[in-house]
Amino acid sequence: MKRLNDLEYLKLNKFRAVLYKLQLFLCAIPRFFKNVFLKLIALIVGCGKSIGASFLDIGRTFTRGNWAVKLSFLIFGFGNFYYGQVLRGILFLLFEVVFFVYMALPNGGIHWLAKGQWFQNGATIGTEQGRQDFHPVYDTPYWIEGDDSVKVLLYGLLTIIFIIAFVYTWRLQIKQCRICMDITAKGKKVRSGKDDLKSLLDDQFHKTLLALPATGILAFTVLPIIYMVLIAFTSYDGKHDGYSNLFGWMGFENFNLLLDFGNGGIGLAFGEILAWTLMWAFFATFTNYFLGMFVAIMINKKGIKFKKFWRTVLVMTIAIPQFVSLLYVSRLFDSTGVIGKILCDFLPQSMIDANQQSLWQNPITARILVIIINIWVGIPYIMLMATGILMNIPQDLYESAKIDGARGWQQYSKITLPYMMFVMGPYLLTSFVGNLNNFNVIYLLTQNNQLLNTSLGAPGGVSVTYTDLLITWLYKITLQSTDSPYYLASIIGILVFVVVAILSLIVYNVIPSTRNEEDYK
Amino acid sequence: MKKNNTNKLQKRGLGAKASRRIGNAVIYVVLALITVIWLFPFFGIVLESFRVEETGQVSYLWPKEFGFDNYIRLFKETDFMRWFLNTGLMGVCTAVLQTVFVLSMSYVLSRLRFKGRKLMMNLMLILGMFPGFLTMLLIYKVFYDFGLTEQMAPLGLIIVYCASSGMGYYVSKGFFDTIPKSLDEAARVDGATRFQVFYKLILPLSKPIVIYTVLMGFMAPWGDFMLANYLIHENSAGMSVAVGTFEWLSKTMLNTNYTMFCAAGVIVAIPVTVVFLCLQKYYVEGVTGGAVKG
Repeated sequence: MKRLNDLEYLKLNKFRAVLYKLQLFLCAIPRFFKNVFLKLIALIVGCGKSIGASFLDIGRTFTRGNWAVKLSFLIFGFGNFYYGQVLRGILFLLFEVVFFVYMALPNGGIHWLAKGQWFQNGATIGTEQGRQDFHPVYDTPYWIEGDDSVKVLLYGLLTIIFIIAFVYTWRLQIKQCRICMDITAKGKKVRSGKDDLKSLLDDQFHKTLLALPATGILAFTVLPIIYMVLIAFTSYDGKHDGYSNLFGWMGFENFNLLLDFGNGGIGLAFGEILAWTLMWAFFATFTNYFLGMFVAIMINKKGIKFKKFWRTVLVMTIAIPQFVSLLYVSRLFDSTGVIGKILCDFLPQSMIDANQQSLWQNPITARILVIIINIWVGIPYIMLMATGILMNIPQDLYESAKIDGARGWQQYSKITLPYMMFVMGPYLLTSFVGNLNNFNVIYLLTQNNQLLNTSLGAPGGVSVTYTDLLITWLYKITLQSTDSPYYLASIIGILVFVVVAILSLIVYNVIPSTRNEEDYK
Repeated sequence: MKKNNTNKLQKRGLGAKASRRIGNAVIYVVLALITVIWLFPFFGIVLESFRVEETGQVSYLWPKEFGFDNYIRLFKETDFMRWFLNTGLMGVCTAVLQTVFVLSMSYVLSRLRFKGRKLMMNLMLILGMFPGFLTMLLIYKVFYDFGLTEQMAPLGLIIVYCASSGMGYYVSKGFFDTIPKSLDEAARVDGATRFQVFYKLILPLSKPIVIYTVLMGFMAPWGDFMLANYLIHENSAGMSVAVGTFEWLSKTMLNTNYTMFCAAGVIVAIPVTVVFLCLQKYYVEGVTGGAVKG
């Protein structure tokens, strides 16, 4: 399509201009996917190149190196010893010893890896099934311990990570040999162990600081997430809990569940819950956003007194723990609650379920209620943020607008709103994602209210209500389900990730204000 | 002619003033209305906690009879005291540990440059897209073996809250980004190590963000229901207030425990709210800073 320049664009009438923008947006979508695709290819090529370079470097180090360097291809840290880096040498050697001892132990790495029967469809994870038996003398039942699939999978995963770490360390110490060779060839001294320790507080200070948080993230986020992604490919559920019944590999069979669009099928349920989740996130984000900004503008208007008081009133909802306020509010709106009773009397009967007389038991009013109560919870955050931004808007913009004769509303729509949109654009995304996973508001508001169940049957062994999000569905499946299909929980988690990732990719590519972080210094 | 013009101008000036006054009056009315809506539930909960004549939910607000019955029942008949102490302990420990984790992570990402920094930030961004609850299944299994669930759940929860907290570095990184880099460089030229720059130069300047992080850490256990409920597994000894009192509003217990829930809510809300409102200034700084600077 033909691109217009600025002058041509301004000549268009309003309707045409909107149409033009829409065209631009639609044309940008294929280009966006092309860009993503190209970036992916570039990434793969880049990875391949760096691996190739790495192999080249290893080969060159081997041919150039003396006997000590060559030996350190087998014995970790030997080159370091040779060049006088005793501390590093000891650490490398220790790592190698620990690795081999762990792998070779009777119930060490190899043992666990073999038991896992990795990715063999239909095979169980763990080979020995535990079973009930009767004691020969007392004739009482007792349990013969077998494998526990949960543990087999976990230790197997840990072993694989250990092997990857081993390869990486091997590469690392070869690289260090090369660096030592280069330094001594120049006639300089290599760093001693004392220098290394000192540098942990100086050049390498980031390693010291990162040690704790990075270990925490690896152990409590990365490892569990990889584990749970693996669970999506197994038959782990309440019956096959790994201990009393081994669970096995299913391959991609589990994902077929999502294509089950029959009555009571997971696919249908997933579609409906996803649609409501997106709708909820959209309304929750944008109602909060505009109303919050509106409140902030009102409070910060010149001539309004007691600014601090109004702000403190709103901040109360942040200060008071959500379970107190949300649980109480959810009762307020019930049929016996103070507000709920009044509303039930005033609203037309068609809005309220005829039998139950409660706002929570009508799908439409329940959905509207959670959005409205979320406004009550969410406005204060936006108000605080918007207050900060409002104070940063250059005042001369308003003065020149006033001279040009702009009235209050025009100033708001032409200066304040665009400025805030620009600055808060990235925040909108974060808050949208936060709302997709907004467990607290939905669960605390609706769990005790016996909501009307959807017509979806019981996907995943739990009854799903009209206000359930993907995250609450996931939660219910793990905690309240009759047959706890954990693999389904894992699939839902992965799908949440996919939805969030696609959204973020689009938003970051469409919104131009993906800012350069170094700009702020 | 001229006189006429000035008259007109004056008139219009007066009109503008009057309309501004009306505008302000409207705003005051709206703000007053907002105040009522925002504070109504809190007044409601305080009032209902003093209700004596009825322990269930009723559809009028003002108690017919005031008294401390609910509070007395709360401490005599339930484990509320234990839950309260559990949560308080979790709050204090999380505040301290989480601050260490978050601040060291954000400081490194903001002010130090090293290989793999960008990669790390991108990885954490991607990890953050998974729902956090997904990790709990494995963590529960492992903690169960280590005895960190049920009555020991507070300890397990502290670990869960803190271990991955480095991923929430965004707000404090935004703060560190605003401290001019030339400060570091000047100190480095004078021979300070990076540790000294951190400890002696930047840390004293970062009081607001330290307080913000402590506050966030302290508030986390009071508001969390999802993770806590999973690890505690209905063991009364290890409960936090959120998990413990949640059940009181279920259909089966509503008639006996509703006003007691209100009393519990008041007791929980008072210390947390007081702490929060005292440190409100720092919270606002953190929130606004984080949004604007990313």
